[in-house]
Amino acid sequence: MITLSHYIVLGAILFCISVAGLFINRKNVIVLLMAIELMLLAVNINFVAFSRFNHDVAGQVFVFFILTVAAAESAIGLAILVLLFRNRSTVNIAEIDSMKG
Amino acid sequence: MPNFNDILIMLPEFFLVAAACVILVADAFMKPAERPFLHWISIAVLVVTIYLVVRGQPSGSVTAFNGMFIRDGVAEILKVFALLSTILVFIYARPYLVDRKLFVGEFYTLMIFAIIGVMLLVSAGNLIMIYLGLELLTLSSYALVALNRDSKLSSEAAIKYFVLGALASGMLLYGMSMLYGATGTLDLAHLHDAIPQSTMPHLLVFGLIFMIIGIAFKLGAAPFHMWIPDVYQGSPTAVTVFIGSAPKLAAFGMAFRLLESGMGDLSQHWQLMLAVLAVLSLAIGNLVAIVQSNLKRLLAYSTISHMGYLLLGLVNAGPEGYAAAMFYAISYALMSTAAFGVILALSRAGFECEEIEDFKGLNQRAPWMAFLMMLSLFSLAGVPPLFGFFAKLLVLQAAIHAGMMWLAIVGAVFAIIGLYYYLHVVKVMYFDKPVAGTEVRLQPDFTLRVALSLNALALLALGLYWGPLLGWCKQAFAG
Repeated sequence: MITLSHYIVLGAILFCISVAGLFINRKNVIVLLMAIELMLLAVNINFVAFSRFNHDVAGQVFVFFILTVAAAESAIGLAILVLLFRNRSTVNIAEIDSMKG
Repeated sequence: MPNFNDILIMLPEFFLVAAACVILVADAFMKPAERPFLHWISIAVLVVTIYLVVRGQPSGSVTAFNGMFIRDGVAEILKVFALLSTILVFIYARPYLVDRKLFVGEFYTLMIFAIIGVMLLVSAGNLIMIYLGLELLTLSSYALVALNRDSKLSSEAAIKYFVLGALASGMLLYGMSMLYGATGTLDLAHLHDAIPQSTMPHLLVFGLIFMIIGIAFKLGAAPFHMWIPDVYQGSPTAVTVFIGSAPKLAAFGMAFRLLESGMGDLSQHWQLMLAVLAVLSLAIGNLVAIVQSNLKRLLAYSTISHMGYLLLGLVNAGPEGYAAAMFYAISYALMSTAAFGVILALSRAGFECEEIEDFKGLNQRAPWMAFLMMLSLFSLAGVPPLFGFFAKLLVLQAAIHAGMMWLAIVGAVFAIIGLYYYLHVVKVMYFDKPVAGTEVRLQPDFTLRVALSLNALALLALGLYWGPLLGWCKQAFAG
């Protein structure tokens, strides 16, 4: 039997993986974009699970909005990434450090 | 079915969306020589929107679209000042953009879409609206920061802003999902009623922590401030001046809607969290600002400390504290537009005028600009009788009335420490010898000079006659 807590734990694990991906990753900006997508999907799992558990459809409506915004967000993220690569010829995070202090 | 009345309540927003679409299409058919026309149309659109916001203001609070949208006094004040500061940004930005060949239609449409995001965010009555308003604002801001496509710093600032901003949105959403799970509703008013009866108090507090992290990221409060200095320094100054104004008002609006309208019953939990954030922001903002040599970066760290003061007002968790925090947000928006406005007025093609060294001996070259800069820096520092002083006084008072004397003392001590780096810039402007090769040439744009003078003198005027504005703020929270 799969209960609510299974879904919440799954959401929490995915969320932790994505946060770890953002903080541990020191190599590639594209991986950061993937981690951000994963974070939003973890939230979606939570919303759908709670929506079913609470017998309230609003949570699933919210998921549609998050999916749409996530698409727009990755479009802007990739555009900025292209810009960054054109200006610096690298997507290595360790090299993006011209401002400090 | 939405009825006509709902549309009437949201009229300013509908008008602005329609105008933004018209400007977007008009820009595609315009020759570059006709662009100044677009500039004046955008300003006219914002003026009309202010008129619509003030004129159609109902007494008390009304909702539209099944509680999705709230129109009340708080939203009115925040919208008026957000629109007003954006008009100033348009005026200040134009010569800077023209000099750098960035005078494009995208700037205007993105700014107007960002301001629509601000307006929706401060009027949100539902978690979905909060999220959508916030994303509209931040997605437009990411693109604005990257506006200077050939600048290395600009694209670096944009990617840092994007990654950390997306992380903040993710945190906020995760908190929202927990809140939704514990209460079963996304509507803020229902949420407020459902919280005392919730059967899962741990889930509520868990969600609250994530929401506070999200809010702190958006405000730029320490320890979630990492993006602020890089974004302020790296983005074109014309965009920095925007990021320092309307989004701060929006962040206050979001914090108020989430914390008070939504989670007012959990205030004993969030008061202490905000107090910790406030102390950290005051300390990190004021201490790190001392060692900066770039004025934009210095003002970025000063922003962090100002957000600490704003949080002092929120810690009060009562009408007095919210009024003080809103007063502070308004004063900060006006002060930072004036300070960045001077930087914009002094920069020209190939010369950013953003290092503190560039301001050496400014008084001998452009005495009026030096005076305006001094006014805004003194106001930021909180020197009486300027606007910033009364704003600081009110938030410290609010913290004392909340029973947090220690917090008010910390705030006062860091205000004195902060005085040092503001006075340092004033000293450089008035008592140092100008460096050869950094000849300041003032932008010849007439509207810029008039608007900048009015903006900086308003800091003095509002410092002397702060009563009406404070009364307006208090009235908004009295109901």
